[in-house]
Amino acid sequence: MAKPLLEFTDRGIYCAQGKFYIDPWKPVTDAVITHAHADHAYFGHKNYLAHRLSREVMLYRLGEINLRTIEYGETVIKHGVQISMYPAGHVIGSAQIRVEYKGEVWVVSGDYKTEDDGISTPFEPVKCHHFISECTFGMPVYTWKPQAQIFAGVNDWWRTNLQNGIATVVVGYSLGKAQRILQNLDLNNGKVYTHGVIENTNEALRRNGVILNPTERITFDSSKEEVRKGIILAPPSSVGTPWMRKFAPYSFGYCSGWMAIRGAKRRRAADRGIVLSDHADWNGLVSAIDATGCESVYLTHGYTASFSRYLSEIGFDAHEVHTLYGGEEEDAAVTEGEEKKETTPSGDVEQEEVS
Amino acid sequence: MKAFAQLFLSLDETNKTNEKVKVLKDYFTNVPDTDKMHMLALFTGRRPKRQINSTLIRTWAMEASNIPAWLFEESYHVVGDLAETMSLLMPESQKSSSKTLTEWIGEINALATKTEEEKKLWLMASWAMLDSQERFVFNKLLTGSFRVGVSQSLVIKALADITGIEAPALTHRIMGSWMPENYTYDQLICEQTASDDISRPYPFFLAYPIQETSEKRKSAEEVGAALGAAEDWQAEWKWDGIRAQMIKRDGQIFIWSRGEDLATEKFPELHPFLNALPDGTVLDGEILSFQNGLPMSFSVLQTRIGRKNLSKKILTDSPVAVIAYDCLEYQGEDIRTKTQAERRVILEELQSQTEFPEVFNISRLINFNSWEELETTREQSRAMIAEGIMLKRKSAAYQVGRKRGDWWKWKIDPLSVDAVMIYAQKGHGRRADLYTDYTFAVWDGDKLVPFAKAYSGLTDAEINKVDYFVKRNTLEKFGPVRTVKPELVFEIGFEGINRSTRHKSGIALRFPRILRWRHDKPKEEADTLESLKALLNE
Repeated sequence: MAKPLLEFTDRGIYCAQGKFYIDPWKPVTDAVITHAHADHAYFGHKNYLAHRLSREVMLYRLGEINLRTIEYGETVIKHGVQISMYPAGHVIGSAQIRVEYKGEVWVVSGDYKTEDDGISTPFEPVKCHHFISECTFGMPVYTWKPQAQIFAGVNDWWRTNLQNGIATVVVGYSLGKAQRILQNLDLNNGKVYTHGVIENTNEALRRNGVILNPTERITFDSSKEEVRKGIILAPPSSVGTPWMRKFAPYSFGYCSGWMAIRGAKRRRAADRGIVLSDHADWNGLVSAIDATGCESVYLTHGYTASFSRYLSEIGFDAHEVHTLYGGEEEDAAVTEGEEKKETTPSGDVEQEEVS
Repeated sequence: MKAFAQLFLSLDETNKTNEKVKVLKDYFTNVPDTDKMHMLALFTGRRPKRQINSTLIRTWAMEASNIPAWLFEESYHVVGDLAETMSLLMPESQKSSSKTLTEWIGEINALATKTEEEKKLWLMASWAMLDSQERFVFNKLLTGSFRVGVSQSLVIKALADITGIEAPALTHRIMGSWMPENYTYDQLICEQTASDDISRPYPFFLAYPIQETSEKRKSAEEVGAALGAAEDWQAEWKWDGIRAQMIKRDGQIFIWSRGEDLATEKFPELHPFLNALPDGTVLDGEILSFQNGLPMSFSVLQTRIGRKNLSKKILTDSPVAVIAYDCLEYQGEDIRTKTQAERRVILEELQSQTEFPEVFNISRLINFNSWEELETTREQSRAMIAEGIMLKRKSAAYQVGRKRGDWWKWKIDPLSVDAVMIYAQKGHGRRADLYTDYTFAVWDGDKLVPFAKAYSGLTDAEINKVDYFVKRNTLEKFGPVRTVKPELVFEIGFEGINRSTRHKSGIALRFPRILRWRHDKPKEEADTLESLKALLNE
């Protein structure tokens, strides 16, 4: 039997015909990157190929790398294999990688969500024979509310805090969640202040031509009183640090899909568990997989065992595969190092400066 | 119900005590009195009787959420709470309901006389008119698994703020066997006397631990530095039995356990002595199994806990008696504000008059002149079938709840063993979807034999690390249980050890818990079954 076009190796997803890897976690010559999160865009590859909107963030995070970027729908050919990118809707610049050779089509989803968040290019289903999908939230207990409803709640909470003289801190990942929140806040309430790590990402995106709402970086010189009148955007690593505590009294909201479960929320000891995810929920996953019309689906990270069993029962040819993806949101428990991975040395320095 | 669901949500949305009290006060001021009493009952552990068994509830919930049974079960393991799982899995409701908490509980109680088919119709219709937060608290009511992350003392504080009645008085008034159907809010807030409810116990006074684990062992010097002069204190053995309050009023007797369960019928051996007490007497003490005038280990008493019928055999094999150590009411008068020393005199007086001295024992005082001397005496605890020593300030009043200062328990160090983790299971509540419940094994030759399960003792950070290990070192999955590569070694502490025919290892531990993670030990250096069996007191 001929080798499949894409295989799962201990370095990442590999295309032997095209001699390239997709989101490899060990150093390789040619890496195609779905998006700039640390568990997908690792340091140390010789050549990188990513979407145009990932460019500045990747350079900011990975330093001097040999990076080529393309647009959605654009095709690159390597050793006869056609590589193209389609929007994944996960974060700004996130792409599904479509790989075609001799009429056989594979799609690697990377991370994705099906709801249009108004800032990332919306997810587009791509017809394929083989679909490699994430399933971070592949359990039916995870179903998201429309984002308009979620942000109405966030803005109400912010207003209530202002009335009670309490500062508001919203915690979310610096790439993706932070910008999604920023674009949906009601700026009539006040200004948006950002932690250095988030502002660095915002600046990278702005260099990339992305238009974001105005923000103000929190520095040594920031007036605590002014900051407390606005809203503070902070990364998970800042929770409970002296940097955050100096804004007390405050109410802090943690934005994550895991907040759908009471236990996870209580573990976080957040005042508000804001159920907001950049991953597809249960229905999103099932509909996205169905829309590809694929013959086989491979599940890389999340509740792979249960989800593949369910897909098999409803008639898909589903397989579980083992990868190292999922540092960003896969595992509610393993969150210790997540932002560290996301943070470059310059980000760390910044964090110390402000604290 | 909307208000009650919102109460739950608001309590979840803050970690600050003051905020929680405010939320509770808001609830109390905004709902009818009957709802107040129902809430109070639920928040103090008085659950409505379960009217539909949980297998049926599960089956119908699966039907309502339209997913296969195995996926329902796996969802439950992810969520770690049945009521929450069911509320998350069901489709959003199209209707709404304005019924009050009282009305809902009334409907639940009315199910007692309904057929299974009627129950199902009612339940499906009810789910369809509740939003997901309402459904969650409703399911909690239904499954009888009602636990809230709010202590009774906070609820009391809120109620005290609203009514202007002092917290200790309120704590006392909500003790006992009342149900919201027979105890009104007006009765609660009106001036009361003991005669209102002759069965009502006083809130228990609980001791504070001097030390928790072997690592935090306190020396006599440290104890002295913290507690002051030895002569200000009385010392007794800390008995390992069932804490109980025994009441004789108006010719009737009541025995209350610490969990506020009325346990009068469980201890018939105590009835003659209690009946012989003068009316208006309340004693605090420990119920233990006794043989030939000596207390026996808790494991003997355990054989009759939870039995519905006390057979002749059980009564002969593990007869109980009381070791009393305090008197809270004497001649119909609440004497909790008298000093420890004064109450002791009364207790001794009562005991000297009893015709049942073999059942009505009194906790004898330990003589000691210095903390060093007491520390030496404490070493004999195990031989005395005691858990350590109790210290009570001679000038102390009998207070409400666990208070620092006047009552201390100075327990002996737990027994311990180094063991290898071999199975892991996901936890519940705050620990949902995290591997937190572990099974431990010791060596029997070259095999690892499981001997204990424990799920407490690690910090959150350690739990995260173990969880990370489990997820990456799973050998097999059996439903919710994972077999893990034997590698991690933990020191397991326990209070006692007994022979057991039910366990493969042949032993059963009492209160096993994780003392610490032995990063320094490879699995080969874990203890052996033989060394554990050597601890059996035989």
